[in-house]
Amino acid sequence: MSSVLPAPDMARALSRIAHEICERNNGSQSITLLGIPTRGAHLARRLAALIETIEGQPVQVGTIDTTLFRDDLRMKAPRALMPTSIPSLGIENRTVVLVDDVLFSGRTIRAALDALGDIGRPAKVQLAVLIDRGHRELPIRADFVGKNIPTAIAQSVKVLLTETDGIDDVQISSEEGK
Amino acid sequence: MKHLLSIADLSREEAISVLDTAMHMAKASDTPMKKLPTLRGRTIVNLFAEDSTRTRISFEAAAKRLSADVINFSAKGSSVSKGESLKDTAQTLQAMGADAVIIRHGASGAPARLADCQWMSGAVINAGDGTHEHPSQALLDAFTIRKHLGQGREDLQGIRIAIVGDVLHSRVARSNVLLLTKLGAHVTLVAPPTLLPVGVESWPVSVAYDFDAVLESVDVVMMLRVQLERMSELFFPNAREYSRYFGLNSARLKKLHPGAIVMHPGPMNRGLEITAESADSARSVIIEQVTNGVSVRMAILYLLLAGDTSIEAGA
Repeated sequence: MSSVLPAPDMARALSRIAHEICERNNGSQSITLLGIPTRGAHLARRLAALIETIEGQPVQVGTIDTTLFRDDLRMKAPRALMPTSIPSLGIENRTVVLVDDVLFSGRTIRAALDALGDIGRPAKVQLAVLIDRGHRELPIRADFVGKNIPTAIAQSVKVLLTETDGIDDVQISSEEGK
Repeated sequence: MKHLLSIADLSREEAISVLDTAMHMAKASDTPMKKLPTLRGRTIVNLFAEDSTRTRISFEAAAKRLSADVINFSAKGSSVSKGESLKDTAQTLQAMGADAVIIRHGASGAPARLADCQWMSGAVINAGDGTHEHPSQALLDAFTIRKHLGQGREDLQGIRIAIVGDVLHSRVARSNVLLLTKLGAHVTLVAPPTLLPVGVESWPVSVAYDFDAVLESVDVVMMLRVQLERMSELFFPNAREYSRYFGLNSARLKKLHPGAIVMHPGPMNRGLEITAESADSARSVIIEQVTNGVSVRMAILYLLLAGDTSIEAGA
């Protein structure tokens, strides 16, 4: 495993994403951040805190679990469900910014878009990810990217966060994988 | 976990994962769009060889909320009433491509027979077999108890539960004793000696014959239906005497401590094991049990059908 985004770099990347989100949306009035559990949810809370300091007002932040909407459930062992919590203003006519740790095949994001559609109709949906590792299987792209990391498909990319893993880091396995 | 036949097959962790999944399912059902696409294209057969309202409808609602196709099949009005065997029925269902069979049967062990033989490849879910088990009912009861009295804990440690009435004929009681004690609750069976099964002393429970003596010390009173249809002999002198000693009435309701709840798996014999005032009182969570039943059954269907159960979780 080698480290590709140590803690100080991760902090800078998140801070930049927070500024970009505010810039793109003319502030934070219209946005609702929704993190995809587990690590996307923590990242969404961090981004919300950063945006609050930039804009000086509270930001709508929540989580959205995509498990029940995935198209690859049958290929894996049964997965545990994670909480979905939609903040007070809902998503109707809001600009929803989905937040995840790694963008890979794009299937999680497709599932998240389906999950959103069942809750309401956002005015816009944007996507913020910490790592874009390529290998898309669907026509999905991120609006805000912490770092692009070219990878081989067999490699694994692991985002570590203090909330879940005790440290902030992004690690990538060697070419052979595992 | 490929089938759900008995609570005895579930580990404590698996039981808790069903309850946790049910909690998320309850939340997901609380949105304007109740239908989830998770089991689209799956076929679930409700094979009910015995009467049922709640369980059949509850499983049907759960399957439909997860977008599965449901085929209802009851013994009355099908070839079973012409004498078709369980094997032929199972093979028919297999030929139609059933991914899961939810079976209720008067014979204890019928679901296990269906799961163990090679007649069909789908998942088998026991929805009540004879006087053996009714695992989904126990899971929804545990879910309801945890929601009211769990104080945020994952199990039922230290909660005191009285299961009252016709334990002998009750598959609900058997599944509940196994599950509730597995989750750390203390269970007391309250029944006339004639309605307790042989060998009850080997169960991990206390037994009491005096209902009034246990009322003040329990958090949950779970009333059981007196199963008159299974009674071929006389188990108690008459209905009035049974209600006097083992029925839940307003006088007994008043003796319960403030946070205690009243449960009944349904259908109720109002006036026999439970009076109307007790069934409709503020302590009663009987209607809520039905609502929770749908969430718990969604969780069961999700865990058995959505993923590939031949792969170990966490692998």
